[in-house]
Amino acid sequence: MGLNKVVAGADEAIKDIPSGATLMLGGFGLCGIPENCIAALVRKGIKDLTCISNNAGVDGFGLGLLLQTRQIKKMMSSYVGENAEFERQLLNGELEVDLIPQGTLATRIAMGGWGIPAFFTPAGYGTEIAEGKEIREFNGKKYLMEMGLVSDFSIVKASKGDTLGNLVFEKTTKNFSQAMAKASKITIAEVEELVEPGELDPEQIHVAGIYVHRIFKGSNYEKRIERRTVKK
Amino acid sequence: MGLNKEQIAKRIAQEMKDGMYVNLGIGIPTLVSNYVPEGIEIMLQSENGILGMGPYPEEKDIDADLINAGKETVTLLKGGVYFDSAESFGMIRAGKVDLTVLGAMEVSENGDIANWKIPGKMVKGMGGAMDLVASAKNIIVAMQHTNPKGESKLLPSCTLPLTGVGCVKKIVSDLGVFDVTADGFVCLEYAPGVTIDEIKAKTAGKLRIADDVKEMVF
Repeated sequence: MGLNKVVAGADEAIKDIPSGATLMLGGFGLCGIPENCIAALVRKGIKDLTCISNNAGVDGFGLGLLLQTRQIKKMMSSYVGENAEFERQLLNGELEVDLIPQGTLATRIAMGGWGIPAFFTPAGYGTEIAEGKEIREFNGKKYLMEMGLVSDFSIVKASKGDTLGNLVFEKTTKNFSQAMAKASKITIAEVEELVEPGELDPEQIHVAGIYVHRIFKGSNYEKRIERRTVKK
Repeated sequence: MGLNKEQIAKRIAQEMKDGMYVNLGIGIPTLVSNYVPEGIEIMLQSENGILGMGPYPEEKDIDADLINAGKETVTLLKGGVYFDSAESFGMIRAGKVDLTVLGAMEVSENGDIANWKIPGKMVKGMGGAMDLVASAKNIIVAMQHTNPKGESKLLPSCTLPLTGVGCVKKIVSDLGVFDVTADGFVCLEYAPGVTIDEIKAKTAGKLRIADDVKEMVF
């Protein structure tokens, strides 16, 4: 049926992503990352990817897997400090990195999804981030012009979804994924639980199916924790 | 001897006012939540998408889907809310968060802050720091007064790449409490056992000692 977005699995969902593509990948640290699709990208072996993601994973997990196989050409991120392989490739000039303030990155993605090409934010005014950017003053405060971001593919992981592509994200897994799901030409969602239309509460849906092109039920989620902190 | 990290956090906790929404950075700022005075109710915001962040969980309650901006497992208090990163920074940018507490490598006498990059060393990124300092209504810096080489971190102007300009309002260091004013740093309090002379010797930026300067009380 025309509005059914279900595909068989991760390999089918990513099958037309070419080398050189720009991808938005959801998650914050390792929280809410699309584990199944990352594994499929490693299997597919496409190269020269530009990855828009707040972080770059850790050694051996998350985007760290795609770094290990040298499939990433460029990262657009706000914080990338948790990964020795990342550091090695960066220092050797094998990897390009565009560091973007976290709120600016989140908003660039959100504006991309809203069809807004540019906006003004005070973050980074007076710093090297402002170099070459248009500065405007509004109500006595200085702002930088930043561009909305739209990419070829967004790959997100949601807690639940239905066959129409409606998505629900639990707890802090909304992070960058909610906005990324709206900001690409093709959005791929892997979900822990896939249900029929009508089974999700329409008041609770974070991303409407209109934004989502492919959906599948993921499996074997490892959900690694970066800093396991407990009450003392 | 100046304050230890816990004592710096304890002194900053005295700056909390009833009803405040507060964002605490990684390191000493995170410790502040342990010392909020009795009778003061605040709510913690974490920029990855939490308002009403609670303490670390019991082992049995650890949830990989619930972390803070430092990527630590945390809990949500009753009445707490989750949202996405774009909304979280909208909240910050629109000035809804009353107070931001964060660390710094350098602060200048006009309130510029540098805390994200040391040229020539591995650069990890600014995370949310540039957004927070550009928009928070009130920014308190928690830091050591000098770097490991013994050089002042309170400077006439920052030498490291900036995170934000003219934004820091107050500094609590191991040596004392300082307002950042149009007239430079103003020492309001000194830590127990620290002399004004030591503070003067270790402050490179313009420094005035408040007329009613007093010893810090916990």
